[in-house]
Amino acid sequence: MNLHILAALGLGLVAAPVLAAESAGAALLKSQCMSCHALAKPESASLDRLWERKGPDLHYAGSKFKQPWLEKWLQKPVRIRPADELYARHVRGTDKEDAVDESTLTPHVKLSKAEAESVAAALMALAAPDLVEKGAFKGEKVSMTMGGMFFGKLRGCGACHMAKPGSGGASGAELYTAGERLQADYIYSYIKNPQKFDPRIWMPTLGLAEPDLQRLTGYILQLDAREGK
Amino acid sequence: MNIARAASTLFLAGSTLAAGLLFAGHAVADDAEHARATRNYDTYCAQCHGINRNGRGINSRDMSVQPRDHTDAKGMGDIPENEILKVIKEGGLAVNKSVLMPAWGNVMSDMEIREMAAYLRHVCKCGSSK
Repeated sequence: MNLHILAALGLGLVAAPVLAAESAGAALLKSQCMSCHALAKPESASLDRLWERKGPDLHYAGSKFKQPWLEKWLQKPVRIRPADELYARHVRGTDKEDAVDESTLTPHVKLSKAEAESVAAALMALAAPDLVEKGAFKGEKVSMTMGGMFFGKLRGCGACHMAKPGSGGASGAELYTAGERLQADYIYSYIKNPQKFDPRIWMPTLGLAEPDLQRLTGYILQLDAREGK
Repeated sequence: MNIARAASTLFLAGSTLAAGLLFAGHAVADDAEHARATRNYDTYCAQCHGINRNGRGINSRDMSVQPRDHTDAKGMGDIPENEILKVIKEGGLAVNKSVLMPAWGNVMSDMEIREMAAYLRHVCKCGSSK
């Protein structure tokens, strides 16, 4: 009996700092992040909401991001979508292709190491098992030649996304850092049906078969390693 | 005779009023459809087809097949209505065109796609959407 109490106390001692970090993070989420990001599933799935929101939804952050990357990025935020979001609010016409209007972009708030760690911990608690299929990605290695052909010529992902810095589309997120940023099962689930995450999001559903979803997820994850970063 | 003339005038006035109201009703509905299609275009199409609808979107620089210029009256006028509806809903491959044009059927409803087709006719100034 006494042993049980001791064990419980011991667990409490280990768990306490984690919980403290998470609750400090939760407070920061409310004070710093909530005005731009949805921390709970939005009631409205309208296109108007998508135009009004200032940053990506975070209500499924724990099923999306890798915690070490979150900690790093929150201390030194850099843009992941070349034209930010929603891209159309930050684009202007020129005599050539449309260009990003840098004057419309605002830098993301920067956190201290301690703040970043507690916010990352709080974000990781926002899981969405209904959106991300756990274990969906089978983890098989992919030929980069085949994957690259599929990503580019066969499916046209490069139209909106960059597979290497400076080359590819600008309305979607850069993907050469996706392996460092994102969980494999999230990449798989998002490609499979982006509208499951947001019914009005501007990424189309490609209707891919299972082997193709596996191949594309593997290729995107390996992009990071190939860049040798 | 006078009574008949008065009745006829009254009937004409009534008809004109009714037609006017009907027209106004159509105009309001058309405005709403036009506004919805414009916003859908800016959300989904402008990333490749351009904020000025000229095929020079933010993504177009590195695309192997250039997006269609929707202001091109000749090019757009040659495309049959059913092909426009099909390419938006099912993507380029469904009409033997580029895979770079994706299928938007999971994002836009059939009604929104019909509104978009009408909007494209307005942008290219090339024919009726009917």
